[in-house]
Amino acid sequence: MRRQIPLAITLVGGVVMIIQYFIPHQISQEIYRGSLDWLMIIAGFTMVLGIGSLVIHHTDKLKHHREGWGYSLVTLAGLAVMSIVGLIWGMAGDKPFMQIFIYAQNPIQATMFSLLAFFIASAAYRAFRARSFVATLLLLSAIIVMIGRVPIGAKIWSPIRLVSDWLLDYPNMVAKRAIGLGVGLGMISTALKIILGIERSYLGGVK
Amino acid sequence: MRTKIAERRVEGVNRGIIPLVAFLFLLAIGGRAGAQSSTDTLPPSPPSEVTAFDTHNDAGKNITINWKLSADDGTGRNTVKGYDILRSESRSGEFEMVGSVVAGISTFQDDKVENHRNYFYKVRAKDHRFSESGIVGPVQASGQWYNTNRTVVLIFVVIFTALVIYFVSSAKKGKKLYIRPIPGMDAVDEAVGRATEMGRPILYILGLSTISDVATLASLTILGRVAKKVAEFQSKLLVPCYDPIVMTVAQEVVKNAYLDAGRPDSYDESNIWFLSQSQFAYAAGVNGIMLRERTATNFYLGMFYAESLILAETGNIAGSIQIAGTDAVVQLPFFITSCDYTLIGEEFYAASAYLSREPKLLGSIKAQDWGKMGLIALIVLGGFFASIHHLSGFVNLFTVGH
Repeated sequence: MRRQIPLAITLVGGVVMIIQYFIPHQISQEIYRGSLDWLMIIAGFTMVLGIGSLVIHHTDKLKHHREGWGYSLVTLAGLAVMSIVGLIWGMAGDKPFMQIFIYAQNPIQATMFSLLAFFIASAAYRAFRARSFVATLLLLSAIIVMIGRVPIGAKIWSPIRLVSDWLLDYPNMVAKRAIGLGVGLGMISTALKIILGIERSYLGGVK
Repeated sequence: MRTKIAERRVEGVNRGIIPLVAFLFLLAIGGRAGAQSSTDTLPPSPPSEVTAFDTHNDAGKNITINWKLSADDGTGRNTVKGYDILRSESRSGEFEMVGSVVAGISTFQDDKVENHRNYFYKVRAKDHRFSESGIVGPVQASGQWYNTNRTVVLIFVVIFTALVIYFVSSAKKGKKLYIRPIPGMDAVDEAVGRATEMGRPILYILGLSTISDVATLASLTILGRVAKKVAEFQSKLLVPCYDPIVMTVAQEVVKNAYLDAGRPDSYDESNIWFLSQSQFAYAAGVNGIMLRERTATNFYLGMFYAESLILAETGNIAGSIQIAGTDAVVQLPFFITSCDYTLIGEEFYAASAYLSREPKLLGSIKAQDWGKMGLIALIVLGGFFASIHHLSGFVNLFTVGH
C-alpha cells in the first residue's frame, strides 16, 4: 500500500497532464493552472523544510567544530541578518535588504562567475592538447572558430569568417541536433517509465 | 566695445531670422494641409471580405476577425493609417470599438468576449476619416476539446508508447536485449569502491533544476541505484541540494536505498541537505565541500548551467573521480573536458536502466533505439521530399502549432 498509492497518484497525475496537453479547453487550462498552484504551495512548504535543513546542518557543524565551521557561522549569520533586515524594513529597492543584496551578494556572485574565465582557460588547455588525430581536429576547428569570430580574423585571412560559420552551422549543428533528438526520446521514455510505474527506484525496493 | 556692438548685431539678426523661419515653416504646413483638404476629399476605401470566426484550438473567449486590406492601404492613395474593429451584440445595435491595428495588418483577435454569445463585427479603415466594411456575424466563441495543431505529437506519443510497452513486455517474457556498454556507468562500482578504500565521501549533485524537470527525475532514479551501492560498500554519500523539493525527494530516495541494502542504520539524513537556491552561491558551497571533504568521487547528474565548469574543474583539481551526465547540450563540452566519464544526452536517461539491468527497464531503451531509427528514416525522407519542388509539402505534415 505504501508503494501502490504513490504509484497510482503518479499514474493519474501523469496521464492527466499528457491529456491536458492536447486539450485547449478552459477546463483543461484550469486543471493545468491548478496543478501549478499546487506546485507553488508545496514549494512554499518545502522552502521551510529547506531552511530547516540548512540551519540544522550548519548548527551541527558549529556545535561539533567540524572542519570549515567558520563558514557555517557566516552562513547562519547571513541568514539571520537578511531575515531580520527584511522583516523590519521590508524588501523595497531603497531598503537595507536590497542594498545588501545589490552591494554584497551581487559582487560576490559576479566574482564566482568570473572564475569561469580562468577555468575555461585551464579546461581549454587540456582539451586542445593535440595528442591524437581527433584532438588535433578539435584544436584546428577551435582556432578557426575563435579567430573567425574576432575582427582581426578577417584581416589575417578574409574567408576565415565563412569557414568559421560553416563549422558552426553544419558539423556543429548536426551534432547538437543529433544529441537533441536522443535527449527528446530519452525524456519521453523516462517520463513514460515513471508514469507507467516501470521505473520505481525513487520509491525504493529496487533490485 | 566693438565686440559688444557686433554681438548685438548678431543677436538682432537672429531675432529677425527665427520668426521668419517659423513663419515659413507654418506656411509650408498650412499649405500642405490646405492642399490635402482641397484634393483629398474622399474617405479611404473600406476593408473588404471581412470574416469573423471562433479562434481555432483555443480555450475559448476569443474570436478572430480577418479582412482584406483597403485599396488605399499601401497602394492607391495610400492614406490609410490603421483599422478599428467594432463589435455589437446585435446587427442593428450600437457598435463599440474593441481594438485597433496599424495599416498593413489584416487580422485581430478579440479576447474580451463571452463564450456561446452572439457577436457582430465590422472593420473601418481610417485616415482622418473613416470608411466601414459590411457587418459580419453572428459568431460565437467556444473552447475546443482537441488541439488539431498537435496531432503529429499525439501520433508520435502513441507510437512511442506502443513501442515502449511492446519492448518491456518482450523483455519480461525473457527476450535477450543487447545494450551497448556505457563506460561511465560501468565505472560506478569502481568509483564507489575507490571512495570506500580511501575512506572519503562520495558527492552527488542533482543539478540545478526543479523536480518538474525530467533530467532531475532521471538523476533521482540514478541516485537510488548509486545510494544502494554506497550503502552496500558502507561509504558516505553527500547530496547538497539546490531545490528544497528535490532535497525532500532525494532524502526519501536515499533512505529507501539504504533500507533495500539492509543498512537503514547507516542512513544519515543530515548528509542530504539544502545548500542554496542561488546559482553561484551553490557553486561556491559545492566547491568548498569538495576541497574540505576531499571527496573521492563526484557525480554531476542532472540539469546544469554556467556553473558546470566551475564545479567540474574544482573536482578535477581536487583529484576526484568524476562522472557527469546531462541533457544540457551546451554544458557537455565542459564536462567532457573536466570529467573522467560523461553521459551524453540519451545515455544519461538510459543510466538508471543500465545500472539496474532489469529487463523491463532495458526494454524502454530498446524502444528509444527504434524511435531513433524512425526519426532517422523521417529525416532522410524529409530531406528527399524537400529537395523535390512539388513534393515539398511532405515537410509541412510535421508542423506543430501552439
